[in-house]
Amino acid sequence: MLAAMSTAIRIQGLQKSFKDTKVLRGVDLEVSRGSIFALLGSNGAGKTTVVRILSTLLRADGGTAHVNGFDVATQGADVRQSISLTGQFAAVDEVLTGRENLILVARLRHLKDAGTIADDLLERFSLTEAGGRRAGTYSGGMRRRLDIAMSLIGNPPVVFLDEPTTGLDPEARLEVWQAVRELAAGGTTVLLTTQYLDEAEQLADRIAILHEGRIIVNGTLGELKQLLPPAKVEYVEKQPSLEDVFLTLVGARTEGGHR
Amino acid sequence: MNRHFLGDTAVLLGRSLRHIARSPDTIITTAVTPIAMMLLFVYVLGGAIQTGSGRYVNYLLPGILIITIASGISYTAYRLFLDLQGGIFERFQSMPIARAAVLWAHVLTSMVANLISVAVVVLVGVAMGFRTGASVLDWLAVAGILVLFTLALTWLAVIPGLTATSVDGASAFAYPLIFLPFISSAFVPTASMPGPVRAFADNQPVTSIVNTIRNLFAGQPVGTGIWTALAWCAGILVLALLFSARTYRRRTA
Repeated sequence: MLAAMSTAIRIQGLQKSFKDTKVLRGVDLEVSRGSIFALLGSNGAGKTTVVRILSTLLRADGGTAHVNGFDVATQGADVRQSISLTGQFAAVDEVLTGRENLILVARLRHLKDAGTIADDLLERFSLTEAGGRRAGTYSGGMRRRLDIAMSLIGNPPVVFLDEPTTGLDPEARLEVWQAVRELAAGGTTVLLTTQYLDEAEQLADRIAILHEGRIIVNGTLGELKQLLPPAKVEYVEKQPSLEDVFLTLVGARTEGGHR
Repeated sequence: MNRHFLGDTAVLLGRSLRHIARSPDTIITTAVTPIAMMLLFVYVLGGAIQTGSGRYVNYLLPGILIITIASGISYTAYRLFLDLQGGIFERFQSMPIARAAVLWAHVLTSMVANLISVAVVVLVGVAMGFRTGASVLDWLAVAGILVLFTLALTWLAVIPGLTATSVDGASAFAYPLIFLPFISSAFVPTASMPGPVRAFADNQPVTSIVNTIRNLFAGQPVGTGIWTALAWCAGILVLALLFSARTYRRRTA
């Protein structure tokens, strides 16, 4: 139990096959409490499978996984009490308004004052004005923000974000990053999967690369960089990147995201 | 059973009912086809159909109600499929709720939506001349059979809702159910059918259910037919429950 105090997620020898395809071939991983951990991998590497096993949506074929000290195989209800999952596609109810979506989740988490919780989160994610509109009318970034807001209800100690910025425009992406940083600052453990290297670089305290069903490296950004030969010093004219240009041109809203 | 089962079901039921209130077209669509059929059979074909004494609409209405329910339950499969596809199903599954509540909310929503559709069809039937001498008790019996029938078919609809890979697949299973009343006593007495067809029609569930409801409406004794009807409904319900529970467990484990 002592280990569980400092370790939010502990995965040992995790295996999973779909029919004849071995997706996970013995994954070992530890995520310490309050950190942001990025699981990096190309499409089909098995990132989503790991997340689905950790959130009790899928059973592993072998190995063990503990979340917040609870075994995902035998203590599913306790695990679900400890986590929230934001899947690859913004899982919001399009027919309900943003506010109703938040109230729905608050009620399902058996919290009192669902209305107050909803209003606070709308405020925090700059959705107050849009709160009375159907979520189906939201832009991609707004849906994602609502999705993440829904995940925070009840302050679960562990949050899974499965490719939280896939399909988002650069502006929305920065908004999501900001939300993730705030989460971790509040002590929440975040496990995020991504295929964007810069996303891992920007957000994560530790990064693991999942490749062909195994973790091939695991460390801080600095440690990972040391795996390659030291950088050669070259003199190049500093050109603004396309991202810089785009963000400068589209204006002030992104400023908040950079801070 | 999870201590939150009732509360969670109520919350999720509220969600689904809100969906229906915001797109009432699902109830209207459900009621339109049976009403069109009723108009066609009463005013175009009915004159040539011999059903004994009494108005043809009185003979026809019970079968039309069965068709209404058979087409209405396909929306349960449809709504369940959309939840699965949109990812909100997984969100619910990863939350600390009673997992069965997710299905029960859809099933109860189906009950509410179908009973509204049935009420609309009955009202149109009355406008077309349907009359009944049924007592309150007879009405309660009719309602009970229809509720049981809806419940059984809804649980049946949960299976394609959980397993379908496309929207069309999710609702296509209802077509044979809508077709079944045509080979029953719903539109014409089975006595007019050739031997093998009649044998099928006499022994399939729709005939016993339709005959029972017709007798209840007419104030006639229902005989043992009501037990056959109830046995069919209960049998379908138990099988559908077992299969959908198994599908659900496989889906979520």
